[in-house]
Amino acid sequence: MSEAPLLKVNAVSKFYGQRIGCKEVSFDLWPGEVLAIVGESGSGKTTLLNCISTRLMPTTGSVEYSMRDGSVRDLYHMGEAERRFLMRTDWGFVHQNPADGLRMTVSAGANVGERLMAVGNRHYGDIRTTALDWLTRVEIGTDRIDDAPRAFSGGMRQRLQIARNLVTGPRLVFMDEPTGGLDVSVQARLLDLVRGLVNDLGLAAIIVTHDLAVARLLSHRMMVMKEGHVIEQGLTDRVLDDPREPYTQLLVSSILQV
Amino acid sequence: MSLEVPSDQGLATYNFAYLDEQTKRMIRRAILKAIAIPGYQVPFASREMPMPYGWGTGGVQVTASIIGPKDVLKVIDQGADDTTNAVSIRAFFQKVASVAVTTHTKDATVIQTRHRIPEQTLSEGQVLVYQVPIPEPLRFLEPRETETRKMHALEEYGLMHVKLYEDIAHNGRISKTYAYPVKVAGRYVMDPSPTPKFDNPKMHMSDALQLFGAGREKRIYAIPPHTEVVSLDFEDHPFEIQRFDKPCALCGAEDVYLDEVILDDRGGRMFVCSDTDHCEERRDQGHAGELLARQEAAE
Repeated sequence: MSEAPLLKVNAVSKFYGQRIGCKEVSFDLWPGEVLAIVGESGSGKTTLLNCISTRLMPTTGSVEYSMRDGSVRDLYHMGEAERRFLMRTDWGFVHQNPADGLRMTVSAGANVGERLMAVGNRHYGDIRTTALDWLTRVEIGTDRIDDAPRAFSGGMRQRLQIARNLVTGPRLVFMDEPTGGLDVSVQARLLDLVRGLVNDLGLAAIIVTHDLAVARLLSHRMMVMKEGHVIEQGLTDRVLDDPREPYTQLLVSSILQV
Repeated sequence: MSLEVPSDQGLATYNFAYLDEQTKRMIRRAILKAIAIPGYQVPFASREMPMPYGWGTGGVQVTASIIGPKDVLKVIDQGADDTTNAVSIRAFFQKVASVAVTTHTKDATVIQTRHRIPEQTLSEGQVLVYQVPIPEPLRFLEPRETETRKMHALEEYGLMHVKLYEDIAHNGRISKTYAYPVKVAGRYVMDPSPTPKFDNPKMHMSDALQLFGAGREKRIYAIPPHTEVVSLDFEDHPFEIQRFDKPCALCGAEDVYLDEVILDDRGGRMFVCSDTDHCEERRDQGHAGELLARQEAAE
């Protein structure tokens, strides 16, 4: 890991009127690091993720991102054009519901190729070759390239969404409950795939999940949130094996054992 | 309300070119803005016109705002001067503006059109007014107006190519044949209204001013003279226009856009110029197509 953090989050707070979305959250994320944000629903995980990924403007705080050229920029002071460009080249966002992240009416190949065309690739053959390559990497049969995601199963859609996000070689990927709504065996396969891709590509990722098993398997570090506050953070193994806060202890002890 | 209508002419007398002066002023401002930003859709307060939406209310408002007493008007619908839409709009302007009308492309100063650009190259000083049903080229890809406006503002046109990609993936080639998206002056992606893509090259570096009016959608946009208009494509699937196997059956013209006309119920058909004026002019010059030649021989 290099010495400079990829992302510096400084005291980000989001209020919905009187209610707290998330409060005074600060952390650093280094290149290649996977951070899990866990907590029960309503604890502000997704609000925090949306704030960091600039999909939502926080009430206070700042997020600094170290760009590819080495300069450090405050995301909330960037122009919208630049931010949107960043979001579709250097970042990825994997939604819980694949329909939110995919274009359901166009073919799988076009879904993967959209980002390439958005950054100016105008060669059909090249786009198609890249799309085929990515479909193979996420274990979707190349004969499905011209099928719309509507014809895909939930697991396939989620893998297609991941391919669509990774095609421009992003350095940071946000994932909001990537395994939510999938059955256990499909979940396992998806997690395996994500772990492999993150390792191979050296991606940094922020994964929001309520599933501690997902956090255990994918993340290096984790943050536990409760009522908008980060109550505990540390290395994943440390937090899960030796939870300090009563709430974290409760969370860990409520994992179902088979 | 001041009654400046001479009493002997009765109440049926309209203000020149139907619209009141304030409305024309508003539309002219929109037109000027559209010319200043080629390809950008300028919102305007479209008025109710005495015809249904879809019959060219946008084009009629633009024409009414720019036409003067000395102008010569030509109206075409699918290239023809003699179809319902063309005839009624021409009659409308004869009535409300008493301007001279013509069917000859080269004599006209203002040409209102639906679905075609005349075959004869337009010259400096002429204005081509298009009737536009849906001005937003991204509409069927992105239904949200807020989002498409943002995409135009930030020049995010990747989605347009997604559509072309889909065409090639499913049909082996770009199958869009009309309303083929173009990039104007290297900036805005624009819908050239439902003209066949055959006409797209005519918009490029045209000497004439091209104005687009969408009445229902309340948008005006423009291509000033001598503006670069490029049809979108892929490097390995370049833009192509339609080609026809046979020349026009009446005038023998090649390199023109042809309409199919059914002749009988036994499969008989012919392909003729969709631009009627162009066809007539050529026949007057003595050109004759296959079918015309045969007819004359029979007589």
